Amino acid sequence: MYSEKVMDHFTNPRNVGEMPDADGIGAEGNPVCGDAMKIFIKVKDNIITDVKFQTFGCGAAIAVSSMVTEMAKGMTLEEASKISKASVAEALDGLPPQKMHCSNLGADALHKAIEDYKNKQGK
Amino acid sequence: MKKIYLDHVATNPLHPEVLDAMMPYFRENYGNPLSLYGPGFKAREAIESARESTASLINAKAKEIIFTASGAESNNFALKGIAYALQGKGKHIIVSKIEHHSVLNSARFLEKQGFVVTYLPVDNHGLVDPEAVRKAINKETILISIIHASPEIGTIQPIAEISKIAKEKGVLLHTDSVSSVGNIPVDVQELNVDLMTFAAHQFYGPKGAAALYVKEGTRIVPLIYGGIQEGGRRAGTENVPAIVGMGKAAEITKRDLQKRIDHIRPLRDSIISSTLKIDKVILTGHPEQRLPGHASFVVEYIEGEAMLLMLAAKGIYLASGSACSSKALKSSPVLISIGVPVHLAQGSVVFTLGEETTTEDITYFNETFPQVISRLREISPYSKGWEETEAPTCIAKK
Repeated sequence: MYSEKVMDHFTNPRNVGEMPDADGIGAEGNPVCGDAMKIFIKVKDNIITDVKFQTFGCGAAIAVSSMVTEMAKGMTLEEASKISKASVAEALDGLPPQKMHCSNLGADALHKAIEDYKNKQGK
Repeated sequence: MKKIYLDHVATNPLHPEVLDAMMPYFRENYGNPLSLYGPGFKAREAIESARESTASLINAKAKEIIFTASGAESNNFALKGIAYALQGKGKHIIVSKIEHHSVLNSARFLEKQGFVVTYLPVDNHGLVDPEAVRKAINKETILISIIHASPEIGTIQPIAEISKIAKEKGVLLHTDSVSSVGNIPVDVQELNVDLMTFAAHQFYGPKGAAALYVKEGTRIVPLIYGGIQEGGRRAGTENVPAIVGMGKAAEITKRDLQKRIDHIRPLRDSIISSTLKIDKVILTGHPEQRLPGHASFVVEYIEGEAMLLMLAAKGIYLASGSACSSKALKSSPVLISIGVPVHLAQGSVVFTLGEETTTEDITYFNETFPQVISRLREISPYSKGWEETEAPTCIAKK
């Protein structure tokens, strides 16, 4: 049902964990709905230098989180803002239709983390 | 890698003796059981002999067995067939909230046809209260349908107690015994039910073969009209090899059932005691009144499909009642009915053992499952506890 890439990111997720000194944090989803993600970013000179995630959810949700963190690492904030549910799903060689909402969550959590960073900078 | 199949409630492999019994009915004895010459007679005899052994497994008479193609068909047949047969007497039906979809959706269909359905709640162990059944019965009630054993939580219902009340009130009782026949001794005389559904693949018979027990003298309207097969109650040329397979599987099950139970119960107990040592794991269903090969849990802070996939990657196959693992992406109504909060229901896993499960399998399972849980908890944002969750607005799961 899942692509090899999804299974790879699910069984060996990249960038798992908390980041106590994160510059931005984005949370999306809710355990009641079945998936919840937290993405932490570290930013230097407008570039995302480190990303971590924590996820409660199915195989697709965990693989999406892992892929989003891998894609965003090293990107400028503008580039990372353009990561979409479609680009995450594509990078994973596709997701089953009923799991597309998972890639939505991943992109949204990342965008929220960027927003959080920008808000903190604004203060 | 070794494959450890712990999803026997989903289905079972065919017993080798069953396959041997079926084989001659594909190519040699291929006759139509209605044909009035040699090959037809042979097929007819084979069906009637299968009916004898299938009936014998549940202590029924051969003529009380109607062969069907699935448990779902038998459940549809029982509900619709009795509803239409007795609608002149009344239009009220009672079912529990934890029935199989084939019962629940038949009940919903009948509601659209003008029948009234009461959905009985269950307690935290998944038990129907027989007194609640009594209270739900009214002058219009024609049928009660209560699942014998839950495939999701393993709980076995007090069917004999419920049937006493049904008899007292003159209401027919159907029980969906798909998960119980082949796993525990089931005797229609003891249970005193009027109709019972069971399926061959639950006891090492073929898929596509099931039966509805209809007590002698019970009127039922067919689902499928046509020829005179199954006494005119289920038309269509019989699936002879499958029926033969069901008969053989019933015969073997009658012979081996106690041995199977004695084999799997201690292994299942080992899964339960080992798994409950893990922090924040809850046994779902009844602690004692449950199927002997059935262990079901909710594991906090992680999600069922993720557990299922990670265990599958380690060669262990199981089922989950989490929303994400279902094609419909809905939490299991059974878990919600026994009071499991929605976020905990996401962490549901079900393990069901069979006669080929070995002690080594369970030792491996007991080592592997805690590792999978702790790996997924490392990834989870809730590993230190559930945060205050706001009233959620879940994204439409499309």
